[in-house]
Amino acid sequence: MLRVFLAEWRKLRRPVLVLGSLASSLFFTVLVTVFMYKNIDNPQGNADRGTSIGRPILESASGSITAVSQVGLFLGITALCIFAAQSAQEYTYGTLRNLLVRQPARLKLLAGKFAAMKSFALLIAIVNISVSIAIAFSLSDGAKVSTAMWFTSEGLAAIGRSSLNIFISIVYFGVLGITLGLIFRSPISSISIGVIWSLILEGLLFFVNENIPKWTPVSQFNTIAAGGSADISYTHALTLGTSYVFLGTIVSAILFAKRDVAN
Amino acid sequence: MSTNAPVINNAIEVHGLTKRYKNLAALSEATFSVPTGTICGFVGPNGAGKTTTIRMLLGLITPTEGSAQVLGFPVSEPEKYLSLVGAMIEGPAFYPALTGIENLRVLATMGDIPQERVSELIDLVGLQGRGGDKYKTYSLGMKQRLGIAAALLPNPQLLILDEPTNGLDPEGIQEVRDLIKKLASQGKTIFVSSHLLSELEIISEYIVMLRKGEVVFSGPIGDLLIAQKPTIIVKTEVVSDLEKVVAIAHAAGHPAVIRHGEAHIEGPHEWAATLNRSAFEAGIVLSQLNPTTPNLEETFFEMTGAR
Repeated sequence: MLRVFLAEWRKLRRPVLVLGSLASSLFFTVLVTVFMYKNIDNPQGNADRGTSIGRPILESASGSITAVSQVGLFLGITALCIFAAQSAQEYTYGTLRNLLVRQPARLKLLAGKFAAMKSFALLIAIVNISVSIAIAFSLSDGAKVSTAMWFTSEGLAAIGRSSLNIFISIVYFGVLGITLGLIFRSPISSISIGVIWSLILEGLLFFVNENIPKWTPVSQFNTIAAGGSADISYTHALTLGTSYVFLGTIVSAILFAKRDVAN
Repeated sequence: MSTNAPVINNAIEVHGLTKRYKNLAALSEATFSVPTGTICGFVGPNGAGKTTTIRMLLGLITPTEGSAQVLGFPVSEPEKYLSLVGAMIEGPAFYPALTGIENLRVLATMGDIPQERVSELIDLVGLQGRGGDKYKTYSLGMKQRLGIAAALLPNPQLLILDEPTNGLDPEGIQEVRDLIKKLASQGKTIFVSSHLLSELEIISEYIVMLRKGEVVFSGPIGDLLIAQKPTIIVKTEVVSDLEKVVAIAHAAGHPAVIRHGEAHIEGPHEWAATLNRSAFEAGIVLSQLNPTTPNLEETFFEMTGAR
């Protein structure tokens, strides 16, 4: 599996892919972090859907990472697109047949590719978290937010906990991307369906019945990144989200292992 | 992966191999073998089932029925023999945004093949100076060369090439032919499909011929050509006289057809003189009278009905 991991990284490390992925994810991270601190006293809110995140929250031990926790959806969608493209392109380019001739153990190939993509997602998470904390720290004085608690042992533990949640969320989005990529075998189809579902359809379902998001996958992944929300508890999101990922992994493994490679 | 391949007489053995997609049989009860250390041509019209067969041999698709062994191992266990097999299937397929070298390195890393082999092969297939360029900038011929390099990566005992000369210029075709001969002289088995039948006739010792998913011939290429009836090819000064020549042949009991402005008449070479005399008496002027033994291309068309 190590050989597959290293081979996959030869593809992932392309500057265009690395810089493109970081640029698209950092765009949202920087935007949300700056907006949160610059609009801290704005009566129309400084976070998602007009909610307000005030000084008591930002000055708490987990304050340093509050902003990036709100970007889970966008980081996740970035991962979804990368994972879907990397899986589906093997079919569209016809390169899967070459890979399977050199590594015929299909589940080993899938596991190695997945491990490589997970490490890529970890890189994206670390860079985004670091940049968000750095921006938050630099803007804290201007926003009159005390950072005294941020780097205490409790604060560092909160950074670790939140980073883990963001990483889990990104990986779960990624599994959704891999599953879509293997089902549709086309980067364009799998990415568009994944993005439309994540950004539009789940939102529309909320208007049909406001309880539906408690059971849909993207809401769970997003809630995991935020460490829980007012509507969905962290435990519920983690349990249900993990179930979706388990199901997606089984579907991916069966499709990848059993399906004829005829293109 | 196993490197302890059993000692075998046939690099490929196929028995009753069948692949069905719903009601369509892409390959039907194919049975043939490819002796170790030979060059075996694999021919058939488009859609005859060549690529389906190759994919089954490489474990990429599962047979519906029948069995096949590659280097002594069943195709249901590809991990036991694929480290000894190099393949280019249905043309080259690589990542457009990676360089030629980087594409080969992906496969070398995957197959635990030393990275030094990549530069050796880039030189061998004539891509020196272009290996560092992105694959998407390559011409069709260069892509084909990279595909051959990828197939040679594991220094294979069995090399399976699907249309290796597609897109190559005459010089490139000759280089590939020489390379195949050189590899065969090293004891490797080459299983090569091509539409360039004249090329295959020059290099192949064995031939497997498919038509509509069925094997119509498999064995030494000499046996195939010897079994073919000698033919006399006739051209007339006036094209419309060809019909009269065919009528003369039929009257003498020799089957004859008109193909591409020529009459192809089955019959012994000695009968050419009789035909010449009969044509002269009928007032027909022959511009060509060529007794010949059918080559692989003619045999192919006759056996597969591809023309």
